[in-house]
Amino acid sequence: MKAKVSVTLKRGILDPQGQAVLHALSSLGYSGVKDVRVGKLIELELATHDRAGAEAEVKAMCERLLANTIIEEYRIELME
Amino acid sequence: MTATLRVGILVFPGSNCDRDCHYAVTQVMGGRADFVWHKEPTLPQVDAVIIPGGFSYGDYLRTGAIARFSPVMAAVTRFAQAGGLVLGICNGFQILLEAGLLPGAMLRNRSLSFLCKDIHVRVENTATPFTSRCKPSQVLTLPIAHGEGNYYADQATLTRLKARNQVIFRYCTEDGKVTPEANPNGSLDNIAGIVNDTGNVLGVMPHPERCADALLGNEDGRLILLSLLDAIKRGRYSPKPVLAS
Repeated sequence: MKAKVSVTLKRGILDPQGQAVLHALSSLGYSGVKDVRVGKLIELELATHDRAGAEAEVKAMCERLLANTIIEEYRIELME
Repeated sequence: MTATLRVGILVFPGSNCDRDCHYAVTQVMGGRADFVWHKEPTLPQVDAVIIPGGFSYGDYLRTGAIARFSPVMAAVTRFAQAGGLVLGICNGFQILLEAGLLPGAMLRNRSLSFLCKDIHVRVENTATPFTSRCKPSQVLTLPIAHGEGNYYADQATLTRLKARNQVIFRYCTEDGKVTPEANPNGSLDNIAGIVNDTGNVLGVMPHPERCADALLGNEDGRLILLSLLDAIKRGRYSPKPVLAS
């Protein structure tokens, strides 16, 4: 089973990378972009096939290491 | 004859200010410095611990995020909780935040640039083991060298830090004014250094060890190192809430 974890800065926290990309896009003429958030994508290969167990374990990994929940939020996507 | 003071200096893969700290402890503070490899599960008998600057684990994932799980950090946590003096400089500050020994987190510098230059900080509280030699509101010139020094804490944490005088250094102008222009990295409330609520753990982004010798043209960092020396000499610092200055 695979897990994709995306980690981004929380809403309300200034994302300077996102802002820089937003400005670059706008200077390329893409004026319709309202906001950009740049984050991280972490892909995990898991030994288990137990979906519920995997979800709980990846969530624990996010809380302990993969994300800093003071400043970041995370989303977990599981796939076979 | 008093026993030689001993300071443990942690070494992670990627630490690069450990030798500067060794020099500061032995040559400025007149003590003995012991390098402590991050795999050590215990600390030697030391009076204080310095977590030096650098790029522990290549700053992978987040600055300090992986270093905080090194075996030695469990020992540092016990040491700090027992009232031991801990000074985290730059990456050391980032590690202390990730380890939860100090509140808050670090974001990328607002400019996205790695900043390497002299800045000014105002000493906001002189009643700590790290600032007792400073005068209230004294302005120090110290070098910074970081890409992630943009301190962040939620509103409740910031309110608590301020109420308990845990903000120790703020970025300021040369004449001591705390202004947005004097803030190099976007740090919340111009914060450059904070202590924990018992006052025995300091995290600071600027590098006092890089400006503690006349040969380097700036000795402001000595005030911090010699304050720490005084605190060690006064005997083991007993944990107590930081008093209003």
